[in-house]
Amino acid sequence: MAANDSRVPRRWLVAALILSALAAVGLTVLVVDIARRREEARNPFYRVVEITDETTDPSVWGRNFPLQYDGYRRTVDQVRTRYGGSEAVPRTPTAADPRSIVAQSRLEEDPRLRTMWAGYAFSRDFREERGHAYMLEDQTFTERQQAAPQPGTCLHCHASVYVPYRTLGGGDLFAGFEKMNAMPYAEARKHVSHPVACIDCHDPRSMQLRVTRPAFLEGIRLVKAAQGIADYDVNTQATRQEMRAYVCAQCHVEYYFRGPGKRLTYPWRDGIRADEILAYYDSEGFSDWTHAETGAPALKAQHPEFEMWSQGIHARAGVACADCHMPYERVGAMKISDHHVRSPLLNINRACQTCHRWDEEELRSRVYTIQDRTFDMRNRALDALVALIGELNAAAAAGVPEERLRQARQFQRQGQFLLDFVEAENSMGFHAPQEAMRVLARSIDLTRQGQIALRGDVAQK
Amino acid sequence: MRWAELLLAVLVGAAAGIGGYTFVYARGASYLTDDPAACANCHVMREQFDGWSRSSHRSVAVCNDCHTPDGLVPKYVTKARNGFWHSFYFTTGGFPEPIRITPRNLEVTEGACRTCHAEVVHAIDAMPRAGGALSCVQCHRDAGHLH
Repeated sequence: MAANDSRVPRRWLVAALILSALAAVGLTVLVVDIARRREEARNPFYRVVEITDETTDPSVWGRNFPLQYDGYRRTVDQVRTRYGGSEAVPRTPTAADPRSIVAQSRLEEDPRLRTMWAGYAFSRDFREERGHAYMLEDQTFTERQQAAPQPGTCLHCHASVYVPYRTLGGGDLFAGFEKMNAMPYAEARKHVSHPVACIDCHDPRSMQLRVTRPAFLEGIRLVKAAQGIADYDVNTQATRQEMRAYVCAQCHVEYYFRGPGKRLTYPWRDGIRADEILAYYDSEGFSDWTHAETGAPALKAQHPEFEMWSQGIHARAGVACADCHMPYERVGAMKISDHHVRSPLLNINRACQTCHRWDEEELRSRVYTIQDRTFDMRNRALDALVALIGELNAAAAAGVPEERLRQARQFQRQGQFLLDFVEAENSMGFHAPQEAMRVLARSIDLTRQGQIALRGDVAQK
Repeated sequence: MRWAELLLAVLVGAAAGIGGYTFVYARGASYLTDDPAACANCHVMREQFDGWSRSSHRSVAVCNDCHTPDGLVPKYVTKARNGFWHSFYFTTGGFPEPIRITPRNLEVTEGACRTCHAEVVHAIDAMPRAGGALSCVQCHRDAGHLH
């Protein structure tokens, strides 16, 4: 029995067996996981198809980049935030418009907008923007198409035009651009088949960001020329971080159609702030339409996100569009950009908290504080504008001298453009809170001067 | 019991073998050093490592200077503790991102700030303040690494 005493008790042996087996399992899991992560880190993608400078179809790119493609496809989501995002509104399809779901109408939400845009196609149909996936469909079927014949120019930013432009131009991007601009929309529409796609922002060989839109290539050259940089080529001279804003700025900007050729132009020659753009339009003598009620030579501002962002603190800190709208995410050992482009308010965790270490509720309330204040001031500016339009109509009916009416119409044009600049900009002031307030304050001041101008004698003082 | 002991010996040997291989394959020895690159071995700390390599502190402090306490034993206890939980969570997944420092590790870092910058801290802390001591990293978040 003495020999038995020196033995390890049976239950210890069983315990040791179980523990060492568990340890072996844990270590195996660990080593397999490490091997998998290393493999992921080594191969960011597998090339299963050849992608060339002619590949427009994003599903082909998606075979090589399934994670990015998966995110890209999610832009079909319709989610609201307090001041943006879209809600799916069912509608009965018609022959002219087969859509069964659209976004909510902004004109119904705020009828003052109809007054501001009286006589312009926007007063017929203007809905909250939906995700990237819908850009081509929504442009094709908006009622604005029936209100006024639209040019092929519009497709510059509502379709993947890089390959179609080059095809039309016989290899020359700008020649194709000019050709499509001159076509009626319906004809140009036949040359394109996809909304914005991979090739619009990525070089198919290196996957590096690349600007493909002619109007931005020209526009940014104007901006840089004003800063003393001659012959700026964005694709060779911009930094990687700048490109993370520039590829978005290809389209999220203010623009106009110059001359009878409907040449798409970004009005940046004299600067990119709202009042600098207004001064540019004044000096060019350009107006989008004649206001149906007052006869003012009116201007329509269009989604100037890039211009507004560039005046804000985030731009100053070097934070690009993609940092918040396509934040990095970790997938295994890979770091990818979330290609589900959307409001950062729907992704506060990755979009904001990477830099701002506060809880989601706190960050959301900071954004809403800015937006609520901007919205309040936007409403005041809109009330002021509607009042001026009413007074202008009354003054015209009462036979006020033409010179006073002319001055007041000029003030209406200017105040209206600055107000629309904030209204059309998709962030309700967040991209540059102080700038948005400054622009609205200037708008209200111009509207006030318009009302004074109608009184004539007061304006002399 | 002879057969049972033989089986046990085989299993323990297998576990030790797998453990040894894992240690070498996972560059386990690198974790015993002060090399900052070791902290980015597992990919999750890549952003922090990249941030540090562009920070003001890159030439005066490595990861361990701010994230482990003074003294050989406390240092390796902290390394072992964090190493185990990092391996556990990064292997099993399901941790929240962006990753955040734990309260215990924050104390270690705060201590490191106060050790190197003792003179400055001493002058600031002389002023009594309601709600406890000031936190250095509350304001100087990007000193070590942004993100």
